[in-house]
Amino acid sequence: MAMIFQDVVFYVLAAILVFAGLRVITARNPVHAALFLVLAFFTAAGIWLLLEAEFLAIALVMVYVGAVMVLFLFVVMMLDINLEQLRKNFWDAIIPALIVGGLIFAEMVMILVSKKFGGLVPATHDANYSNTAALGNLLYTDYVLPFEIAAVVLLVAIVAAIALTLRRRANAKRIDPADQIHVKRADRIRMVNMPVEKDAPVEGEKT
Amino acid sequence: MNFPVFDLFAALPEIFVLSMGIVVLLFDLMLSDRTRYISYMLTLLTLVGAGYLTLATYGTTESAFHGLFVRDPFGDVLKLMIYLGAFVAMVYSRSYIALRGMYRGEFFALTLFAVLGTMIMVSGHNFITLYMGLELLSLCLYSLVALDRENPRATEAAMKYFVLGALASGMLLYGMSMIYGATGTLDIAYINQSLDTQNIATLGTTPDKAMLILGLVFVVAGIAFKLGAVPFQMWIPDVYHGAPTAVTMLVGSFPKFAAFAFAVRLLVQGLHEMAADWQGMLMIMAVLSIIVGNVAAIAQTNIKRMLAYSTISHIGFMLYGFFATPEGIANAMFYITAYVIMTLGAFGIIMLLSRKGFEADNLDDFKGLSKRSPRLAFVMLLLMFSMAGVPPTIGFDAKFAVLQAALQAGHVGLVIFAVLMATVGAFYYLRVVKLMYFDEPQDDTPIVVQSDVALVLGINGFAVLALGILPQGLLHLCVTAVTNSMP
Repeated sequence: MAMIFQDVVFYVLAAILVFAGLRVITARNPVHAALFLVLAFFTAAGIWLLLEAEFLAIALVMVYVGAVMVLFLFVVMMLDINLEQLRKNFWDAIIPALIVGGLIFAEMVMILVSKKFGGLVPATHDANYSNTAALGNLLYTDYVLPFEIAAVVLLVAIVAAIALTLRRRANAKRIDPADQIHVKRADRIRMVNMPVEKDAPVEGEKT
Repeated sequence: MNFPVFDLFAALPEIFVLSMGIVVLLFDLMLSDRTRYISYMLTLLTLVGAGYLTLATYGTTESAFHGLFVRDPFGDVLKLMIYLGAFVAMVYSRSYIALRGMYRGEFFALTLFAVLGTMIMVSGHNFITLYMGLELLSLCLYSLVALDRENPRATEAAMKYFVLGALASGMLLYGMSMIYGATGTLDIAYINQSLDTQNIATLGTTPDKAMLILGLVFVVAGIAFKLGAVPFQMWIPDVYHGAPTAVTMLVGSFPKFAAFAFAVRLLVQGLHEMAADWQGMLMIMAVLSIIVGNVAAIAQTNIKRMLAYSTISHIGFMLYGFFATPEGIANAMFYITAYVIMTLGAFGIIMLLSRKGFEADNLDDFKGLSKRSPRLAFVMLLLMFSMAGVPPTIGFDAKFAVLQAALQAGHVGLVIFAVLMATVGAFYYLRVVKLMYFDEPQDDTPIVVQSDVALVLGINGFAVLALGILPQGLLHLCVTAVTNSMP
């Protein structure tokens, strides 16, 4: 009975995922497309939950939906995109795209119906099993090398992003905090000695 | 929990390069434009130091980080060549980048990180490590191409490179996931074992052939993209043409060692049992690359674009070495070394002819070079003869070596075809020689050559000739490196 329930959930999620994926590329408005991508991420996370990959599912939602897509939506809304121009060549490429897509689809069907995929059932674990801990164990012992390389990749990304975007404009109104702290009173105000009162203008002396 | 600290020693050159890359990055913040040469010297010192560390333990074979990483003579020789290539590239590009506002710490740091990426690709022994190394290298190269921000052509080239590179990475990963699905492992050594016919009999499990082939197709496509073989060559002409010449030289030189090592690790060490399948794919790509490269190069008027198509044809020739495994791999390694030596020299000369606000990237800029600078013209002549495969230059020995390997594997027709196409290719290489020696110069601006660049360029030209006359030493090095490291 439990198995049937899981199957139903899987097929419902899979149907939504395929629909959302199709809408990402067919939606007229880029904002809608981005929102459909969010939906696709959510349903994919749901399917991963069915596979007991809780950590990955949550990470997908947090990283992609929570961070990447929000940023993406922000950019899409900020940019003034000419929708007509964007869609102009959509139908020109439809035939080669359908051929390539159809080929890949046919190949995948051929692979997926082969016996190898049929009998694979992932091992189930009890409710107390933490796959976050299991992942952490692997990541920081066996796979520490790729983990460190990933850190270097991120460093390179930061360096590249700064090198490509940071511009020193000649008339930029930057303030150096160090200069601000070290400023002396004498730099900002000039004490001027002047008499308290001006001499009263002499009556009748008009020019 | 065990965490073997001694593993770290296997990766000592990598750790050194990484640390020095970060040192250059931080140290450069304190330098002014007048003292920027310190970053440059530090970069060169790093490459020399990494070379020392690699040489100090040369010849050992050890697996580290739970099989994710391997130290073997094959990797060590390629790493030494990478250091040398990067060193020469740095010397050639210094004055060029200084004139174009790219003489900044980022250039050196990104180059060092790119070197690190190639080192990881060379030493990776697991799909994940290989892929991470590839991404590290690619990311550095994308941003180096775009580093000249005021140049719209460079930005366009970077964009194309990035989008197509991301697509290729996606295909590679998809193929890897299929192979993982079929064999149940990401480790190169275990993949080889699980495909071994004898092991299959004892283990009683047969990897699904259809799934393996599907994975293989995508993996080969990913490798072909990184190497620049037809039909995945479309990025090469645009990137070579659009990128600043110093970066074109970086893209075209030492990363090819890494792409070669990547192909060897995946195909020869991992999927050797499927050699018949991938050799068929490589044959089609090799033949197409030689046709497209040589024919399209004839029509080019821009020398960077011409060298891009020449690269495609050289990659095609290099793939001929893969037709005979594992004997031909050493010949392919010799070919890729020859290719990098020639490419470095050719782009070095293009940069020498350029000056502030002027790019000597048209064929016409080479007109009458023999009258303006006989020595430069002679080095260029050697390089062009070598690329065309004229004896007694290294290019001839390299072509001879790979074609011999293919001949021994019994592909007579393919070899005859390659020789015919090489004669077609000779046309556009010799055209450059004709322009240099028989045409009148159009431009009489004196060519300024710093003494260090002149020295390195002289050695580079001499190497093309000397290694051409006496190729045995280098060939022997390649053969011992390959035979000591292949299963």
